[in-house]
Amino acid sequence: MKTRPNRICNRNTVYRKESGRNGITMNTRGLRSQLKDSVPVAGLCPQGAYGVQDSLRSGFTSVKNELLPSHPLELSEKNFQPNQDKMNFSTLRNIQGLHAPLKLQMEYRAARQIQRLPFLQSSNLALDTLRGNDESIGFEDILNDPTQSEMMGEPHMMVEYKLGLL
Amino acid sequence: MATLVMNQAPVGGFSFENCKRNAVLEGEANKVGCSMPAARKTGTTICGVVFKDGVVLGADTRATEGMIVADKNCSKIHYISPNIYCCGAGTAADTEMTTQIISSNLELHALSTGRLPRVATANRMLKQMLFRYQGYIGAALVLGGVDCNGPHLYSIYPHGSTDKLPYVTMGSGSLAAMAVFEDRYKPDMEEDEAKQLVRDAIAAGIFNDLGSGSNIDLSVITKGKVDYIRPHDEANKKGVRTGDYKYKRGTTGVLAKLVTPLNLELVEETVHTMDTS
Repeated sequence: MKTRPNRICNRNTVYRKESGRNGITMNTRGLRSQLKDSVPVAGLCPQGAYGVQDSLRSGFTSVKNELLPSHPLELSEKNFQPNQDKMNFSTLRNIQGLHAPLKLQMEYRAARQIQRLPFLQSSNLALDTLRGNDESIGFEDILNDPTQSEMMGEPHMMVEYKLGLL
Repeated sequence: MATLVMNQAPVGGFSFENCKRNAVLEGEANKVGCSMPAARKTGTTICGVVFKDGVVLGADTRATEGMIVADKNCSKIHYISPNIYCCGAGTAADTEMTTQIISSNLELHALSTGRLPRVATANRMLKQMLFRYQGYIGAALVLGGVDCNGPHLYSIYPHGSTDKLPYVTMGSGSLAAMAVFEDRYKPDMEEDEAKQLVRDAIAAGIFNDLGSGSNIDLSVITKGKVDYIRPHDEANKKGVRTGDYKYKRGTTGVLAKLVTPLNLELVEETVHTMDTS
């Protein structure tokens, strides 16, 4: 059976749906611009030791699952906070000069280091105050609250992973 | 229950884990010939008009789920702040949650500035949030209120574009309502005239659009006062039954009567206490 090759993006078409097997369609327009300089999608550089896919910890892999996001918003939502920060810092640099983003980024790094152990939820109060998130409510506070998560990381594994012993 | 090994801490917000599974399920369902259940929408008529001292917002009260009326009397005019109200069309859950989130954010903002919130602030917050989600949040809103700069009325589309106009309509019955507005709108109307105009516009939507129906809700916002009139007018009243199929006693004649008493004797009695710990 001849299968159509999956093309990621075609700049010149107006609106294009991609039809794979099983009648699954997905709108892949505009993906290339999002994939280009964002947080790298897993699978292209496997994280296990010796550069081989770590099946024990990240499960079985499939290139299609990792190259194409399952929802058009997935990539933009994952990178929303870093993109906002980048935009704010570059505006600040243009208005006030290089010192302003430098000092702010130093404060961000300091605030990010105040954390509990990896498997416990840290409140990130200083980081939230710096970003201004303590005065606003969004979907990340209502849906999927990490403090109410039903899964717990195994403490030993998570600490070893963080310390790089794994 | 076994604990899973996670590498990163979980984050809040939308989770896209099940998207692929849902796409596969939908593909399977389409092959067999069924379809996935539809979300509850408020196929709707909502509208607003600016009059001399303020803003009148109007909405119908029908919520549909595909071809079925899910709620005959739902409330589509949502509270945002004491001087700002918002009508919502589109997916019912999306409009509810969006207006509640913006209402909370506006309250926090007002506490921070110490002033009564402005309609333009609510408009900008809504528009930035809807654009962030690229239209996947299906909420089409009519936002109206009175602040220190006078009465304002905005319409906000699901993809994030907004319009600031003296009269707006949204929803599936928007064309019918807009026809009434275009015919009879005058700038600087009196309050009663404006209420009658909005009532007629919503009634046009109710009688000419399948997705709108039931009653008409109005909300009149002026400087310092909000009148939330629910229902203002019951356009579609459910009919009253005029006949009765019950037969009177004695309609059927009794020929003979036989009574057999049933003697039951108590064999055993036990008491089980409930474990309410």
